Amino acid sequence: MKYLIIGNGTAAVGCIEGIRVVDKTSPITVVSAEPYPAYGRPLISYLLQGKTTEEKALRYRPADFYEAKGVTALLGRTVLRIDGKTAVLDDGTSLPFDRLCLATGSRPFVPPMEGLDRVERQTSFMTLDDAKRLRALLGGRKDQNVLIVGAGLIGLKCAEGILGLARSVTVIDLAPRILPNVLDEEPAAIIQRHMERQGVAFRLGESVRRFTENTAALQNSGETLAFDVLVVAVGVRPNTELAEAAGCKVERGVCTDSHSQTTVPGIYAAGDCALSHDITTGTDRILALLPNAYLQGETAGMNMAGGDRPFEKAVPMNASGFLGLHMVTAGSYDGEAWLSREGGNYKRLVTRDDRLVGFILIGDVERAGIYTSLIRERTPLSSIDFGLIREKPQLMAFSSTERAKKLGGAR
Amino acid sequence: MAIDFLYPQYEVVRNPDRCITCRACERQCANLVHQYDVDFGHMVSDESKCVCCHRCVSLCPTRALKIVKTDHTFKENANWTGKAISEVYRQAGSGGVLLSSMGNPEPFPIYWDKILINASQVTNPPIDPLREPMETRTFLGKKPGRIERDADGNLVNNLSPQLQLNVPVMFSAMSYGSISYNAHASLARAAVELGTYYNTGEGGLHQDFYQYGDHTIVQVASGRFGVFKEYLEAGAAIEIKMGQGAKPGIGGHLPGLKVGPDISRTRMIPEGADAISPAPHHDIYSIEDLRQLVFSLKEATGYKKPVIVKIAAVHNVAAIASGIARSGADIIAIDGYRGGTGAAPTRIRDNVGIPIELALAAVDQRLRDEGIRDQVSVVIGGSVRNSADLLKAIALGADAVYIATSALLALGCHLCRTCQSGKCNWGIATQRPELVKRLNPDIGCKRLVNLVTAWDHELKEMMGGMGINSIEALRGNRLMLRGIGLTQKELDILGIRHAGE
Amino acid sequence: MKRVYVNEKWCLGCHLCEYYCAFANSGKSDMVKALKDRKIAPRIKIEERDNISFAVSCRHCEEPLCVKGCISGALTIQDGAVHIDPDRCVGCCTCILSCPYGALSHSEQGAVQKCELCQKNGAGEPMCVQGCPNKAIVYEER
Repeated sequence: MKYLIIGNGTAAVGCIEGIRVVDKTSPITVVSAEPYPAYGRPLISYLLQGKTTEEKALRYRPADFYEAKGVTALLGRTVLRIDGKTAVLDDGTSLPFDRLCLATGSRPFVPPMEGLDRVERQTSFMTLDDAKRLRALLGGRKDQNVLIVGAGLIGLKCAEGILGLARSVTVIDLAPRILPNVLDEEPAAIIQRHMERQGVAFRLGESVRRFTENTAALQNSGETLAFDVLVVAVGVRPNTELAEAAGCKVERGVCTDSHSQTTVPGIYAAGDCALSHDITTGTDRILALLPNAYLQGETAGMNMAGGDRPFEKAVPMNASGFLGLHMVTAGSYDGEAWLSREGGNYKRLVTRDDRLVGFILIGDVERAGIYTSLIRERTPLSSIDFGLIREKPQLMAFSSTERAKKLGGAR
Repeated sequence: MAIDFLYPQYEVVRNPDRCITCRACERQCANLVHQYDVDFGHMVSDESKCVCCHRCVSLCPTRALKIVKTDHTFKENANWTGKAISEVYRQAGSGGVLLSSMGNPEPFPIYWDKILINASQVTNPPIDPLREPMETRTFLGKKPGRIERDADGNLVNNLSPQLQLNVPVMFSAMSYGSISYNAHASLARAAVELGTYYNTGEGGLHQDFYQYGDHTIVQVASGRFGVFKEYLEAGAAIEIKMGQGAKPGIGGHLPGLKVGPDISRTRMIPEGADAISPAPHHDIYSIEDLRQLVFSLKEATGYKKPVIVKIAAVHNVAAIASGIARSGADIIAIDGYRGGTGAAPTRIRDNVGIPIELALAAVDQRLRDEGIRDQVSVVIGGSVRNSADLLKAIALGADAVYIATSALLALGCHLCRTCQSGKCNWGIATQRPELVKRLNPDIGCKRLVNLVTAWDHELKEMMGGMGINSIEALRGNRLMLRGIGLTQKELDILGIRHAGE
Repeated sequence: MKRVYVNEKWCLGCHLCEYYCAFANSGKSDMVKALKDRKIAPRIKIEERDNISFAVSCRHCEEPLCVKGCISGALTIQDGAVHIDPDRCVGCCTCILSCPYGALSHSEQGAVQKCELCQKNGAGEPMCVQGCPNKAIVYEER
């Protein structure tokens, strides 16, 4: 059995580890365009912030990971096409495989904006190279004014990462609030206020009409913002071209079944290029989240190696902090909401049909995983003391029998 | 009223340099002695509530606590001691009977401590119990007076029902009610593991403990609580309780407050009702009446179980024991005046009854004199504190001993003697669920087994030293004992010679 | 593998496990020195209500969601036990959001902390187990 994994992110690592649970020996080849060993992409903002170093970030897995796992890592290479059971690389090499995992991830989406090509000092913010480029652009003198286009997770994490490295950071977004895909008005405003207090400026409900090399003319206010460095963080698009060419069904991402297999037998897909079945909305969508990528990759790996392991508990979730303010979210906000603003914290729990389907916690996030597990396990709220667990996440809300299983190893 | 004020007996000494305000003391004190004071930012204590049970001291992770006797004093008076004065104040204030628990703490002579044990030298070599077999197994029950054979000359089994003890120590009667479920569970499980017996006391047998029936002595007392056919059949032996060493001549009283659902079911009385054990058995006014009950119980259980009659050691104990031996009982249990209790009037606990050592010697001698010693086994209790007390008891004529205070100490009891409050911080003498759970029977059982096993080792060591390799050879072997500092009268009663003789 | 198991039937809510945990992971050899006048941040925590109490610490799951979802690789499984490298942890809270037991928390230093079965601090048998007065917390194979 020959395994091929295209991509070297978290899904690929999950896939390698998944394969090795079942199959300890068959050769695995990993092909990646990036020249680095696997690293956690979300670390790049922490890298700029100084909470980690490049050396530490590149230790997502131990130095001997590929060797120990029997993996041939072809780094700095791209796969041009897939012919049946062979992948053809950019250097002409043909790689035959029995099982293939597409862990190709996503790339920044840059919408057409007038004059964008005239901005020399710009970058997107997805990869380690992006982070290094940005750091180089900022230099060490804290004298650069940065404009970030996009107030999503990537844009805001970028803002957090560079706030201490720049003279000013301004974030602009077409949406009327920050984190439009993750939060609605009130929690978004809380985070925004917090970031503003720390020095990040926002221009919301606003877009850039035209760029020059150092300015952005705004659409609504008519104002012109001067900047030294531009970060484009508008969004991402999944890399689905290889899958499509190989005959896999692709919608907004590569379609997979519960075993992470695409519509082409023997070809699997995982991570940010693949769709997940979100149990909180019942829809198939891309859950571009590191834990989900790992679980999809692991599922793919185990099944590629002949195991039978479904992954049926995909839940969207985000853990982020912004300049010291913690925020965690999970699931869907469609349902009955229960809100608390106690002690300066924000908490919203969303229930539907006797289930917890989503939540937002800002500030106090301790033990939030207990809520996540209610969503993931679809625990009937009538089977626990919901009044109690609403106050704070706690195992006390479960029956003592259930606790004996959880804490006492009782079966 | 100021006149009622009594200075607390104990003082809580907290070392502020060591206290880390973890508040374990506060959380563990059912008497609410300790409290974290938010304003001071440190722990404070109200020693007037302290019963000196040492729960806080034992759990304090930094050894920051100790309890000391107060040095507050009345004017010195050998007659009107502080205790005597305080008791007058208390009764003048309350008009009530003073209550106490556990055994008589007064400084009466302890005869165990005035008896010394012999050892072999030269002429009769000692035995090393690690190298040679040493028998401490004991059988309790009536022994046949002679060997019987049938027409073909084969032995006829004329043996009465016996209790087999792997070690001559049993756990004496403590009712479910006076002690907790977990204390009972610990005793029951330890009895099974040790190959001995525990005793239900007069509170009936909890359904959960029927599984330990083979190692259970079921008690029938004057209140007859929880007594029915299955109960009698559940045990390995039946004990009729005529009296208790801590409170001879009086009955018992379990307040309704302690009669929760479980105890109500076990005792077969309504929830919340006071459980009052009358002073006498109302159907027993003579040895003949006793004989009727003994045989009723035997009849009810098909003559398969030995019947024990337990009495308190009182002045004419020998004569009473003689009567009991003739009543058909298989075993006589005698409880000395230092025996414990969950609650007793202080005056009775401290003034009624006689020392078990003297009672045992007198009873054994009387039964021998009357030639009926083999008709009964003799079990004694009432403060057997260690294996030396145990050995001395056997040499004075006991077949086995009952222990209870020692067993409770093994479970964590610190002899604060406040059982009557029902707030036992060690989870023993309480029915409050949050306190009961403090005694994990896994720990309790292990500690009881450890204690008795250790005593058994020591017993064997001492027996070996005397050149004796079987408990049979020790029983009633008073030549192995010598008295020290005793009067001739005391030596005569004990049936031993003075040291040096 | 031996794990820490909790039996709430015997938990007294004395909180000593928390203090022993904080002590064991303080790096100090004396409990007073380690904990005096300090608010502790233990890795095992008591939940209590009415007369029920129990301690919660890492279950060392066979398939730990915290490890799988860790963005920095700071959480790893070593011989079955889940460990965290505070040096690599960036404090993103993904593990806190993932753990069904709520067994990870922020440490005083900012990184996430969790029970590591006292394997790194030289305490021997986990200190919470050693310090539990009623065997409500045990360390054993199940």
